[in-house]
Amino acid sequence: MAKHGDIVIDIERCKGCEVCLAACPHSVLALSPEVNKKGYHYTVKVNEDCTGCTNCAIVCPDAVITVYREK
Amino acid sequence: MAENLIKPENLVYKKSGIMTDRVLHYCPGCGHGTAHRILAEVIEELGIQNETIGVAPVGCSVLAYYYFDVDMQEAAHGRAPAVATGIKRVMPEKYVFTYQGDGDLAAIGTAETIHACNRGENILIVFVNNGIYGMTGGQMAPTTLIGMKSSTSPFGRDIKTMGSPIKMTELVAQLPGTYYVTRQAVHKPANVRKAKKALKKALEYQKLNKGTCFVEIVSNCPSNWKMTPVQSNEWMEENMFPYYPLGDIKLPQDENKK
Repeated sequence: MAKHGDIVIDIERCKGCEVCLAACPHSVLALSPEVNKKGYHYTVKVNEDCTGCTNCAIVCPDAVITVYREK
Repeated sequence: MAENLIKPENLVYKKSGIMTDRVLHYCPGCGHGTAHRILAEVIEELGIQNETIGVAPVGCSVLAYYYFDVDMQEAAHGRAPAVATGIKRVMPEKYVFTYQGDGDLAAIGTAETIHACNRGENILIVFVNNGIYGMTGGQMAPTTLIGMKSSTSPFGRDIKTMGSPIKMTELVAQLPGTYYVTRQAVHKPANVRKAKKALKKALEYQKLNKGTCFVEIVSNCPSNWKMTPVQSNEWMEENMFPYYPLGDIKLPQDENKK
């Protein structure tokens, strides 16, 4: 069974480019309807299917995602 | 989820400590951020923060010195390889890299680039190629594709009057001074991993004093291509990669013999 993972998104640094959405193999991410202080719609986690594969974090140009995975 | 996974022992990825906390000024989805990040990760993994000196260019990445927590020097437009040559010759034990865009490296800095590579200076040149002048408003660059629209080629680049896009990476691979020449991209997870490996190899080769390492990163420019970041990545795959194919162009001689 795939391991569970979790992510923490630094929403104030996120620019809502959606590159992580395209990279996530489990459709865990979506853009929030809200905006951050800079006016960007930021990425949020919408379900619990994250496996901690780090794909979203390594394509993120602004390094906003921190990834955790169960041991 | 039943248990809370957010604990230090479960950490698998976080922003490299070599990247400063300053928010990048790049447009959303720009490949520069990813290229900065993987270069910072490589410096961290090799543990050479104190021995690394970077040279920043002019262009979108002109402020690169704000983002790397290593010694950096700003160079005049296009002159980064010449500045890096000086730094490396004075301090040959340091790891020296330049980080340049296509307007800087392939237009105004062509002479410096070619001669630094031809002399075989032991530096790493990181070349981010997005086929356009980003900072100044999307003018045509030497690397702009044939037929590609830019603010100074509004009807598309015409081969008769504007010539063909220059393949700098293939060009420097011909020179005897280069040791490792490769072209990578950073738009998808697999490409980011490969590009990171290439940068790591290039910095490791610097210890051997065998010649210049040249890593091109084909990137996007969503703002000036007038697309969303995801669209620009798709456009890049369809249009840029046929002309600028990814892969290693020149491998170290010993590896070729195997």
